[in-house]
Formats: sequence, C-alpha cells, structure tokens
Amino acid sequence: MERLKFEKPREGQKVLEGMYKDMSIRILSSPLGTCPVDMTLNFVRVCHAQSCGKCVPCHVGLGQLVKMLQEVMHGAKNPNILTRIRKTATVIRDTADCAIGYQAADMVLRGLEGFRDDFEEHFRHGGCLYRSRQGIPCKESCPAHVDVPGYIALIGAGRYEDAVKLIRKDNPFPSVCGYVCEHPCETHCRRAMVDAPINICGLKRYAVDHSGDIPVPDKEEPTGKRVAVVGGGPGGLTAAYYLSLMGHSVKVFEQMDKLGGMLRYGIPDYRLPQDVLDNDINYILATGVEAQCNVNVGRDILVDDLKEEYDAVYVSIGAHDHRDLGIPGEKGNRVISAVKMLREAGEGSGPDFTGKRVVVIGGGNVAMDATRTSLRLGADNVTAVYRRRIEDMTARAEEIEAAQAEGANIMTLMAPDHIELGEDGGVSALWVQPQIISNVVSGGRTNVRKAKADLERISCDYVIIAIGQSINSKPFEESGIRTERGVIQTELSSFVPGSGNVFAGGDAVSGPATVILAVAAGKVAADNIDNFFGYDHKISCTIDMPNPPMSNGSPCGRVTLRQREIPEIKGDFSLVTQGMSPEEAGQECGRCLCCGRFGYGLFSGGRTMEW
Amino acid sequence: MVNLTINRKPISVPEGTTILEAAEQNGIKIPHLCWLKELNEIGACRLCSVEVEGEEKLIPSCVTPVREGMVVTADNGRVRMAARNNLAFIMSRHDGRCSSCSRSTNCRLQDLCNTLSLDLTEYYPNIPSGRMIEWPQDFPLIRDNTRCIQCMRCIQICKKVQGMDVWGLIGSGSWTSVGVEGMRKIEQADCTLCGQCITHCPTAALHERNDIAKVKDVVEDPDIVTVAQIAPAIRTAWGERFGLGPEEATINKLAGCLHTLGFDYIIDTSFGADLTIMEEATEFLERKKRGDLDQYPMFTSCCPGWVRFVKSRYPQLVGQLSTAKSPHIMLGAVIKSYFAEKKGIDPAKVRVVSIMPCVAKKAEADLPTQRNENGLKDVDYVLTTRETARMLGENNIDPRNIEDYPFDSLLGDYTGAAVIFGTTGGVMEAALRSAAYFITGENPDLDMFQEIRSDKSEGKAWRELTATIGDTTVSIAVTSGLVNTNTLCRAILRGEVKYDFVEIMACPGGCSGGGGQPLHTDDVERSLTRGSVLLKMDENMPLRYSHENPDIMKLYSEYLDKPLSERAHKLLHTDHFGWSMDD
Repeated sequence: MERLKFEKPREGQKVLEGMYKDMSIRILSSPLGTCPVDMTLNFVRVCHAQSCGKCVPCHVGLGQLVKMLQEVMHGAKNPNILTRIRKTATVIRDTADCAIGYQAADMVLRGLEGFRDDFEEHFRHGGCLYRSRQGIPCKESCPAHVDVPGYIALIGAGRYEDAVKLIRKDNPFPSVCGYVCEHPCETHCRRAMVDAPINICGLKRYAVDHSGDIPVPDKEEPTGKRVAVVGGGPGGLTAAYYLSLMGHSVKVFEQMDKLGGMLRYGIPDYRLPQDVLDNDINYILATGVEAQCNVNVGRDILVDDLKEEYDAVYVSIGAHDHRDLGIPGEKGNRVISAVKMLREAGEGSGPDFTGKRVVVIGGGNVAMDATRTSLRLGADNVTAVYRRRIEDMTARAEEIEAAQAEGANIMTLMAPDHIELGEDGGVSALWVQPQIISNVVSGGRTNVRKAKADLERISCDYVIIAIGQSINSKPFEESGIRTERGVIQTELSSFVPGSGNVFAGGDAVSGPATVILAVAAGKVAADNIDNFFGYDHKISCTIDMPNPPMSNGSPCGRVTLRQREIPEIKGDFSLVTQGMSPEEAGQECGRCLCCGRFGYGLFSGGRTMEW
Repeated sequence: MVNLTINRKPISVPEGTTILEAAEQNGIKIPHLCWLKELNEIGACRLCSVEVEGEEKLIPSCVTPVREGMVVTADNGRVRMAARNNLAFIMSRHDGRCSSCSRSTNCRLQDLCNTLSLDLTEYYPNIPSGRMIEWPQDFPLIRDNTRCIQCMRCIQICKKVQGMDVWGLIGSGSWTSVGVEGMRKIEQADCTLCGQCITHCPTAALHERNDIAKVKDVVEDPDIVTVAQIAPAIRTAWGERFGLGPEEATINKLAGCLHTLGFDYIIDTSFGADLTIMEEATEFLERKKRGDLDQYPMFTSCCPGWVRFVKSRYPQLVGQLSTAKSPHIMLGAVIKSYFAEKKGIDPAKVRVVSIMPCVAKKAEADLPTQRNENGLKDVDYVLTTRETARMLGENNIDPRNIEDYPFDSLLGDYTGAAVIFGTTGGVMEAALRSAAYFITGENPDLDMFQEIRSDKSEGKAWRELTATIGDTTVSIAVTSGLVNTNTLCRAILRGEVKYDFVEIMACPGGCSGGGGQPLHTDDVERSLTRGSVLLKMDENMPLRYSHENPDIMKLYSEYLDKPLSERAHKLLHTDHFGWSMDD
C-alpha cells in the first residue's frame, strides 16, 4: 500500500514552467505602444486561468471583470461600467482568500488609477486615443532614437565607419555611449522574446573600437546666427554639434579645464578612458564649434550678457553639486563628497587612500564609481553602506558585481546615523542603524524601517557621500529663469518660457540623469533652436544599407563582455571591461531580428535617414 | 542578372527583383493579396510565402529579393497549406456572402478562394460587429469593416499617393483594425473623397454610397423629367465592366442604355466643359489683367477632390480658385434654366443625374452653394461609372444589344477641347486654346500647349509651360495626385515658383483614373491609357476649340450674353467660401 510517495514533476509541468519563464521575459520586453486596457484585460484572463476555483470572488468575479473589461474595450453602452469595474475589483480585492484573486483585482484597480484616461477613451470611443503603434523597439526606446538595427547591420557587414556615421546622425557620442550608455534600447529588444536582448551597447563599442577616421560631414551654408551653449557636457556638445552642422555659429562655455562635463569628471577612467571621450569631443569640435574653458557663467559672464550677445542660449549645465546627508559629524575632516572625489581622481589629483579604510554611503552608480575608485586610490578596505538591499540599489547590476569582484564590501540594510570624529577632528567611524525591509510602495520600490537592533560602528578613516547630486541653478534664477526644486522649467521643445531666447535641457532640467538623455535633450534643443531662427535644416545620413537577411535566425545566447583580470588594483585606472572578439561581434549582429525589416517596421517604413 | 530556380525551373532575372515578381515574369503563379508594387510591400497577408532552401521558416516572396543560386519552391504541400490556411484566416473575418457583394466576380479574394478550393468551414467565423462596423451611411465614401481584409492598401495609397492620412490602423492587439486614423470621425478627417482607396481596395470594404435606388425612383416617376449627363472620362472606361473596349462602348451607346432605362434626356457633360472653358478662360484673363494673380496663380476648380484638399490644407489659397462651377454643375444649372425654358418644362420637375468617374462629385452636388436662387439643386444625383454599370445590369440592359443614341440637341455639341477634360492637363490645354483666341482673335496652333501632357512628366511633381500669346506671356503648371499637389502648393506658397494658372486633379492621371471608375483585380494602373483614348478622340474631332461650339455660341447669344455676364455669373459661378469641410 502506498503511503508517502516521492513526487517527480510531470514532463508537462516542466514544459509549462519553461513557458512561464519565457512569458515573463516576453511581457517585460513588451513592445512600446501596446494598449494598456487591452493588456489589463488579458492579464486578468491569465489570472483567472490561475484560479483554483474555491472562492467565489476569484473564480467567478475575475470572469466578470474580464467581461466588463471587454465591454470597455469596444466602447461601453453602460455609462456606469467604469464604476462597476472599480466596485467589482474592490470586492474581489477585499474578499478573495488568496493572492491569486486579490492581487489580480488590485492590478485592475492600479490600472484604473494609473491610466484612467485610456479607460475613459475606450469607454467613450471604443479605442485608444493615442496611436497604438509599434515602431522599432530599440529605436523607440532610445531617447535619441538612434537607428540601432541600421548600425548593427552595418557592423555585421564589417562597415564600421558607416555604422559610426549612422549613429552620429542621431547621437554625436558614439564612443562614449559604446562604453557607458545605460542602453535603454535593450529593454524592449524583441530578441528577448526568443532568448535574450541583443548586446547593443557592446556592439556599438565594437564599431567605434574598429572604425577608422571619419571626415566631418558637410555643413549647411552659414546662417550668421550665433548660439551660446552653457556647459560643455554631453548635452551641450550635442546641441553644439547639430547646430554647427545646421550652419549656425556656436560657442560653448565650460567652467572646468576641459570639455566633457560628467563624462570627464564624473565617470572614472577605468570605465571610460579619456582618449575615448576625446575622440567624440574632437570630432564635434572639428565641425567648427568654438569652446572656452575655465569660464563660469554667472560669475565670469552674466547670463543676461549672453542673452544679449547671442541669438540663442542653450543651458546644459550638469549636476555637479553634492547633496548633504544631514547627520552629525558630516562637517568633519575626511568626509568627502563623491562628486568632488571623482572629479579630483579624474584630474589625477585624487586623495591617497593607501592603507586607509573607506566607507561609501549610497547605492547608485556614483556610489559604485566612488567605491571602485577608492580601491584604485589604494584603500585597504572599502565598504559601501546602503539603507536597502542590493536588489533595491539604483546602480547597474554590472557595476555592483564589478565592485564586489574588485574586493569592495557591500553592507546593506544599514542607515547612516552619525559620523564619529576623532581627536584630530577627522573621521574615526561611521555609526549605522540596522534596518528591516518593509512594505512595498506603489511603483514596486520597497521601503525600509528601523530594525529593533542597536547601532553598529564601522570604523574607518574616510566617509564618502554619494547620495545624489544637484544643480547650481542660482545664476539662471537671478536672470529671471524659472526653476522649481532647483531645476529649470522648460517647454517640451526645451524653450524656457518668457526668457526670449533661452533653451535648456539635460540634467539642468531633468535632474541628474544619463548620457543618452542629455544627448536626446541636446538634439531636441538643436532642432528647436534652428526652428526658432526660422530654418528647417535637416540632419541626414546617406548610406546604402546592406541587404537584410531573409528571416530571423534560430535561438542563440547573448554575448556578454568580459572583465579584465586585475592583479593589483591600486593605481590601476585602465579600462576594465573588454570588448567583443570579431567572432563574438559577428554572432551578436546575426542575432538582431531586424525589426525595421520584419513586423510593423516593414509597414511603417522603418528607417528614417533624416530628422 | 541573378540566377535561381523556382519550382525546379532555372530562371534569370535582374538584381533587386523579388521572388514574387521573378515568378510572375516566368509564368509561375504564386498567390498574393496585399502586395502592391512600390506602394504596399509589407508582407501582411503571407499568402505568397514560399520555401527557400536553407531557410527554416517560409519566406514572403513579395518582399524578398532574389539571390544568386536561390532555390525556391512554391508548389509543395507545405507552401500550399500555408497559403490556404492564411486565406482561411482572412476569410474567417470576412463576410463571405459573395452573391450579394458588389465585387462578386471582380474580386481577387474570391478568385483565390475558388482557385485554392478553400474550405470555409475550417475556422470559426469572427466577423467584426457592433462598434467595429459603425459607419455614417449617408457619407459619400462607405467603409464596410466586415469585408476588410486588412491588406493596408488604403492606408498606403492615402498616405503615399495622396499624402492624406485618412486611414490608419486603430485599436490594438487582437482588436486592431483599419479605420479612420486617430479615431476621428470620417466627416472630420478632411477626406478629399478622391476614392483612390476604393480603386485600390481588393474587396468591397471600400465603396461609394449607393445612390442607384434614388435615381431609379425619379426615372420611374412619370411626373419627373430626368436628364442624365455623362462626364468626358466615362467614355474611356464604362464598357470595361461588360468586357467592351472604348471603340465599342462609345459614349452614344451609353446614352442609348440610359435612354432605354428611361431617362428623358441625355447630354454629354463635355458641353458643360466647353462652357467652363468659356467662363474660366475669360475669368483667367480678367484676373490676370486685374493683378489678382501677381502673387499666387488662379487654380482650376473643376475637381471637387482638389477643392476639398485646398479647403482643408491651404485655406489661404481658396480665394485663388476659379469661381467657375465644375462642368457638370454648370450644365445642371443650364439644364434647369435655359434648357427647361426652351423645352417648356418646369425646372422644379427636372432631376439632373450626373454620371461621373468620381466619388467627390457626390459631395459637390450636395453643397449648399450648388443651387439656384430658388433653392433647386443644380445636380440632383451623382452616380459613379461603377454604379451606372451596375444599374444597367440590375435592369437587364446589355449594352451589346443597345443602339447608339444621339445627345439631345440644344446642349448637344461638344468639342475636342472638352473631351480632354478627362485627363490630366486637358483642362489647361482646353483653356489655353480659348484664352489664346480671346487674346489674339485667332485660334492658336494645336501643338502649342502639348508640353503639359502627362507623357511629359518625367517623374517630376508637376509640369510647367510658359507660352507667349500675342503680347501676353502666360506661365502655367499642371499636376495630378495630391502628394504632387502638396509639393506644388508648398513651392508656390514659399515663392519658389510663380505661375499664372494651375490645373490640379486629385486623382493621379486625372478623371480617367478617377475614384469612381471601374475596378479590376490585376493592379494595373489604367489612368494614362484611358487618358490617351481622350487625346486621340480630340485629334479626330471636327471642332477642337470650345469657343467654336455652335450650341455654346447659341447659349451665349440667346441667353447668357457673354462670359462673366451678370446672368452667367449667377448661374455658372460659385462661392468657395460658402461652405465648410465640417458641414
């Protein structure tokens, strides 16, 4: 007689598990432009299929929700349908016994709240107001809308110069982005539905690493219009590049010694070598952009004078000011801001940490840069202290892994309480309060609260604060430019309302963000400044594209970049991540599904050779 | 040349040829529905999928260029199954009650179902219903979503040839459908009613409003006098539905058919075209003299699709339109005045039915501005060429058995100048012939203005000509198709070009390729071949100058006095500002 038996999973169950996994990746890489109401309807259908059938609200109620959502999809006759959906979902949420039911209902309620407009549009007109259109996923997700499938095809054909030219049509920082872009393009890559996203960033790096010299494109006839760009970071230089190609004369004002902004003074050399950065900057300058360094707008030149002297001003200052923690001991010696430390390291004058213990506070990319740089400045021991868990850190996973691999400790669930100062007035320890992970707030971010545990002491010689940066917008406020919470307020065109001739973009408007967002902002500004001058110049690129493949290839893993072995980290600021081999690059290019050639891309025309 | 084999047959075609074209050029049939060369190369219907050696999936032959050494199989079980099943998918959302469909026997979808012996019971019917099929049935252009196969041709024609974006994909995911772009109502979509979407639709998803019943009602009413008028371009194409070429299906044979059907009088709109020339050419010379055309040219106003276009896109140019009514409206106005008077008929009892190659004419005839001072419509009903053929069929009239019938005298004469109205450049050529006479008192050489004919296009967006007539220099431009029109309008507004007189036709090639003309399943553009029939007819006409039309001369001497006289102005001219696109 059988009593207990060992349960072997059925073969079918294994296959189903695989499908769950594929489906979750598929949903995460959903095309942009799907209808949120339609998706909600179908999510509820999936939830309903998960129901065990015991409790009424779930196995009956979810079915009713499906029917109501279907009615809304095509324009409801019942004027109270949205209220009924809300009531029904509320009851299911309140009474379903287990998560299968109440979480499904909660999702509907979140949708009703989060995209109410779409629900109402469907309810009234039986369809979405916005164009439910799917472009090329990578190109759509890239803030600068770089033609990703185009340059991948060119790399695949061994035409690296053409690939770089095509990138420069939309982004004059191909080298920088090949090394440090956050690659939002990969988020919705359709290849994820097959296996994993294309390593787009890695391929771009391959193109710039293998490209020869490229002559500067022809410029339009000089227009006689003059533009002042305040801030020589990626955003300012992007605007300068396109405006210069459009025939306007551009002068960039930079407060530091050299151009590059955060790319030079914020990102360490082991991630972005200076010569890679110079490569892009020199190309931009070669179009005739004039630059004046070591000049502080607001102090050395007044904003009003620039407005007077130039036909337009583009403000693209970066977030160089650091934010305080607000804990006792913060003013002590050897408490440094990450921005300052990274800037000095970038200039080659970073502090000598030899034999010292360093604590870095923060969980973002800057914190990881500070951590890894501290190791290179000779620290014996570097600990990154963060309030939440590793999975809650905003730093990219690769950065966290690299910091750990290089020997840094990451201490999580510890909130800084105070800094203990020694007799010399310098840091002797950081006291931290242990935390416990707590409720999930909307948007999926998890809160922490104080754990029932005593303060802990981390003895150290330096504390580096990396909890965020801010903009110094004072000089602009003084010339009547409206700011809110320290950032400049603009129209979507990047024009500053009421300013007469000032445009702004990048960190100055959005707060600290990414290179590619700064590039996108610079591109938008250049286009609108050109329009402001009454021109309609086009930025274009004429390249014969290689023949696309006939069909999509079979599943194949994603090539990831390898890290260089580092025998002695102290003083080693050279590049860590290694590029692809020719074999890897070729294979990776072959994985591209060429969404401009298949699916909606073929219908909507796909490639745009000018903007 | 690229060498490949299709169905084991070695063939050789130029580089860049698609597999589908290569097959067709070599007599190998591959089924296809959505593909339309250069306009809709999107591989949507997938009927043309073929096996290519070395490729795992089937390959859409319509969008795949041939490659050296390619081995293509289009005739094995896998390929046939793919075509049949995809066709069955299409049919599952298509109302397949062909017997009552206006395109029955003239439909590629139907042909393919027959050829492939499709089993319609294979899939669950999933025909759009409810809100998905709502449409204002009184609008001149009707879209029937139950017949749409989502080939996207209408979207592409409207966007790429007409630059109008009336159609788009709406909805999402499983609910995607072709519809009015941006969820607008069709009445508010600035549709020009050119009807090019209809003539490129492979099914009956798009068609004109059917006005046959209304026309039959008046024809059968003994108290009503019905007058049919037939547009110049009709003679190029009306017989196509009956398998008759323009030599057999003459305009007088159509007049015979309409007479047999019960129309009391039949008149050629060419008379109206000659009258239009008298008014428009005179107006042109007056406005030029007045300095009205110093900045922008005068534009022809006979194409209602173009008038709708300019009203919605370039309202600043509406004042530059000729105020002359279009030929059929002018003729309608004359029928309900001069003609009725002469015949002793009460104009209120007259109904004018225009047989037009056009859908926009239906809207034009209904405009509040196209009426006489008693509120009588100049033209009561407009039937397209297609509706006319269908009406004959419905009444068991076989044109083969019908004798030619002469046009009614009084308004019966017409010239070659009027006949060429039906093709692009014709209005301009006709107008210049008379304008030159008005300037110099002598008929110009007939070769003088032929530069503006369509075969001189050479791929340019418009054609132009500067002619010196006596001491007057006239520079003119001609174009057709609304993308071309848009390009020309922009150039004019930017001051890059300067003309005195511009002719525009919304449909590519002019009325002979109009949106109301007969449909075919072969995707051959017939506009220019039909147009050349008109040019040929003009050459053979005894009279080729509108001002020499004897009935026109009589009309002026007995009734109108002279072009632009007070009476002519009241009867034959219109106010383009008197209505709005949203009315």
